[in-house]
Amino acid sequence: MSDKLLKVEHLCQYFPAGGFGKNKKYVQAVDDVSFFINKGETLGLVGESGCGKTTTGRTLLQLYQPTKGRIVYDGKVLFDSGNVPMMDENGNDIKERGDYVYGTRTAVDMKPYRREMQIVFQDPYASLDPRMTVGDIVGEAIDIHGLAANKQERYEKIQKLLQTVGLNSEHANRYPHEFSGGQRQRVGIARALAVDPKFIVCDEPISALDVSIQAQVVNMFEDLQNEMGLTYLFIAHDLSVVKHISNRIGVMYLGKLVELADSFELIFHNMHPYTRSLISAIPIADPKVARANKRIALQGDVPSPLNPPSGCRFRTRCPYATEQCAKEVPKWREVSKGHFVACHNLEKLN
Amino acid sequence: MSDYLVKIEHERLSFFTPVGEVKALNDVNFHIKEGEVLGIVGESGSGKSVTAYSLMGLTAYPGKLMGGSLDFNGHHINDMTEKDFQKMRGNEVAIIFQDPMTSLNPVYTIGNQIREVLKLHTNKNKQEIQARAEELLTLVGINEPKKRLKQYPHELSGGMRQRVMIAIALACEPKLLIADEPTTALDVTIQAQILELMMELKEKLGMAIMMITHDLGVVASMCDHIAVMYAGHIVEYGETDDIFYNPKHEYTKGLIRSIPRMDSQTHERLIPIEGTPVDLLNPPKGCPFGSRCDNCMQICLREKAPVTYFGDVHYASCWMNQKAEMEGGAKE
Repeated sequence: MSDKLLKVEHLCQYFPAGGFGKNKKYVQAVDDVSFFINKGETLGLVGESGCGKTTTGRTLLQLYQPTKGRIVYDGKVLFDSGNVPMMDENGNDIKERGDYVYGTRTAVDMKPYRREMQIVFQDPYASLDPRMTVGDIVGEAIDIHGLAANKQERYEKIQKLLQTVGLNSEHANRYPHEFSGGQRQRVGIARALAVDPKFIVCDEPISALDVSIQAQVVNMFEDLQNEMGLTYLFIAHDLSVVKHISNRIGVMYLGKLVELADSFELIFHNMHPYTRSLISAIPIADPKVARANKRIALQGDVPSPLNPPSGCRFRTRCPYATEQCAKEVPKWREVSKGHFVACHNLEKLN
Repeated sequence: MSDYLVKIEHERLSFFTPVGEVKALNDVNFHIKEGEVLGIVGESGSGKSVTAYSLMGLTAYPGKLMGGSLDFNGHHINDMTEKDFQKMRGNEVAIIFQDPMTSLNPVYTIGNQIREVLKLHTNKNKQEIQARAEELLTLVGINEPKKRLKQYPHELSGGMRQRVMIAIALACEPKLLIADEPTTALDVTIQAQILELMMELKEKLGMAIMMITHDLGVVASMCDHIAVMYAGHIVEYGETDDIFYNPKHEYTKGLIRSIPRMDSQTHERLIPIEGTPVDLLNPPKGCPFGSRCDNCMQICLREKAPVTYFGDVHYASCWMNQKAEMEGGAKE
């Protein structure tokens, strides 16, 4: 078995947005995204709001039905629209892979897989049912999957989970409104852990928390990973936190992955002009470095995903855009081991 | 003394809620010189916004100023009436709010909202007002100002709206611009644009800026002085370099330790501040940070720490400094 826990190939997610018949419009929230996640690693996903990082995470879990693409989890095909090319280990398009043949439309029942794939949501205020006690919120998943034989066992499980995330056992009888943001996020994490998952999508889990609390939660994510061998897809817009927690980082812009590499490689040897400006825009909490830091300011705003620019989607704000960028979609290619970039002008830039 | 544009001394402010008195500000002192940028850093609920609002007379019911004196540009805020405030607001002091989506009125055009300020505070005629509105939009880097003035807020992106907010705030060239988390709701690339714009305008117009934020990264690059707030106290105040390279309060130290560094070459574990922020309904007797502090001593829980000065401006109120001083004295 390969060490890749999750493989995503040519994943697309379009949302209908008004119009009828021929004129029907679609928001191309995620467009032709391919990546894989190794067992036990953390893949970070960064980008500005509206770039499709959350949609990618949710589509992976099939909380949305993907428009196109293939999702392979632990060697099993969970979803395949049947009309996208297959990829071999090196990312080249192929027709056949083992006993699995191109063109088969597949969509499996997700319930057994939900035990292995979980999600922690961004807003700890909105993602917990205000009318359920914390014990019930955590216990609901145990009930659905029948993980506890009797009440006593269920109770013990909940107690253990709450302790794992640093809450007291007496917290089980309280309601979400009695907790602070950081504590609620811990409840959200306990709920995700309730079914012993292997893979967790962390969808901006710390954005809503205070600075001093963020570090606590980040450390907890790291500890849980070490103890339980979890694999994370860590979605956030704060690159400094993502860099801290991730083994590899993918950068998204307007529905497309533009660069993916090892975290240190991405921060210090990035190649795509968007990654560069994104990194230079991050405020550094060190006055001397910050004053010396030259920002690569981008002009204008992100275009609408309803009507994305032709060719390379970044070309409207890219200082290096050429005619070719408007005509062709840049190919997603591996420039060095494990470093993927989609840009026409790499040779000129580097 | 009118060296200072803003001078706040011993300000105390409480909110009288049904469950009890919430002491939002306890003995807050600071001053801002003309053209200076002061950063106020703190967690949510630490009193950063309340401080700024009280300066503009915007303290919401059931809040009440309980003591201290506030001076701004020759006004004594304590005995000003609502009418006086109306004259001052928008004219001498202006504010940009966190969320540009909700702070603009959705049923009026951008032009309407910019012209309103000019109508209220200047004696210009219609043509002059229109010209000034266009000039303002150009100033904040918005192209085609004529067209934009006729648009509604929903037609603009978040970054654009924040630019419009800045244009409205600068309409009468205020002496002080209060920026209440102006970039929290924006993306990093847009945040960089807005911060750059604010610094540019500061150079051009020479106003002072009071920058309220929870992001240490934002204050590092643009502020002259920084005040660190915790539970309604300014626990440390000093020049930017003092705060970052020579922090003297345990909370400031913890805050700086707990943020991941973008430019570090190795993976280091974060050192978080344990515990949760204090409940202002039942504030602790001693140092507000005592219960979360690693170096908490017995006296920290009993008494509030006195202010210790390091140099002319840099001060902190932490018992650790008193201890260090006494030990240093003993050695000598």
